[in-house]
Amino acid sequence: MNQVMERDGIISEEVHVLAVDDSLVDRKVIERLLKISSCKVTVVDSGISALQLLGLDEQRTTSESDDFVGLKVDLIITDYCMPGMTGYDLLKKIKGSSTFREIPVVIMSSENILPRIDRCLEEGAKDFIVKPVKLSDVKRLKNYMSTTTREVSAAAGGFGGGGGGGGGINKRKLSDTINSDDMSSSPPSISSSITPSSSSSPSDSSSPSPSPLSSPIRALDSPIRRLKMSGAD
Amino acid sequence: MLGLGSDLLWADMNRLLRLLFHEGVLDEHFLQLHHLQDESSPNFVSEVINMYFHESEKLLNNLRSLLIHTHTHDYNKMGIHLNQLIGSSSSIGAKRLTTLCLAFRAATHHSNRPGCLRALEMLEHEYCYLKNKLHELFHIEQQRALAAAARYPLHNNNQ
Repeated sequence: MNQVMERDGIISEEVHVLAVDDSLVDRKVIERLLKISSCKVTVVDSGISALQLLGLDEQRTTSESDDFVGLKVDLIITDYCMPGMTGYDLLKKIKGSSTFREIPVVIMSSENILPRIDRCLEEGAKDFIVKPVKLSDVKRLKNYMSTTTREVSAAAGGFGGGGGGGGGINKRKLSDTINSDDMSSSPPSISSSITPSSSSSPSDSSSPSPSPLSSPIRALDSPIRRLKMSGAD
Repeated sequence: MLGLGSDLLWADMNRLLRLLFHEGVLDEHFLQLHHLQDESSPNFVSEVINMYFHESEKLLNNLRSLLIHTHTHDYNKMGIHLNQLIGSSSSIGAKRLTTLCLAFRAATHHSNRPGCLRALEMLEHEYCYLKNKLHELFHIEQQRALAAAARYPLHNNNQ
């Protein structure tokens, strides 16, 4: 169950992120980055562990699958270079699953290799972050995740979480138009939210989010643009 | 105001940090680690850095073993260790060390043993330098915190 937090009189749910990285240091850093950004975090050290947690691994027999409840996550962020199963392999497995393909997957890599980035985006990755991951990267990620209610941050005014499953459609359309470098071809879906406690997906929950204000920033922050700027920050 | 002792130590710490930045040993990601530290995670930086030392020493030992103590040189495995070292080094802002790892990795791609040996030596040297400097930095920071606490014993946490 997702934790419910109340802030500024608005009840919002914490988004749940599954982070995958074989490096102990990087796991600690990404966990902290996510927690500081008000996310619930589960961290694992391999793609296999991630699949096991989700309930996607092939080891389980049919009888087990009947009552197995996999982890509910709103986003998966994974390192690319990992021994055994790479982040790319993990991405393919997730996108190949009817249950999990809607979960946004973000790839991290310490290397800025365009063919690799292209390949990941073609396979359905939502974003590709060149390590080391920055706080601003994590803030951008929150836009990809849906929660049951919108978080309104008057001060920041830039990156509120979107509406529920239904609101996700509008959110994605907005981000499709704003983020011109987004090469993801996954169609907007009306499928119900994956988070367990979202009982309803209010279709009118997404009034225009503040994203138009932040669109120039987001466009600059888009991974492809960042790379083409050759590390200029 | 901080006591004179902690003022001087603060200046020392800044001077050392500036030097390390100037030398290209550290970059802004080292500073970002400090932004992730707060009351809920007050020892975050030292925990991460200690993890980094622990992880890196294992990787460096493995690299040394693979390159020097074995007859067959598994450049692929070296590359895997280097990938990990590159990742964690860049995460903590150890810029110069990361660059050396990249050069080492390029040498493994060409199965260039002399190049790898040179790179390993430079890497080990840089690692020692980095570790010493970071310990120095932490030491000054500890002393500064103590000095400030002594000056204002009722003040909880002046960070």
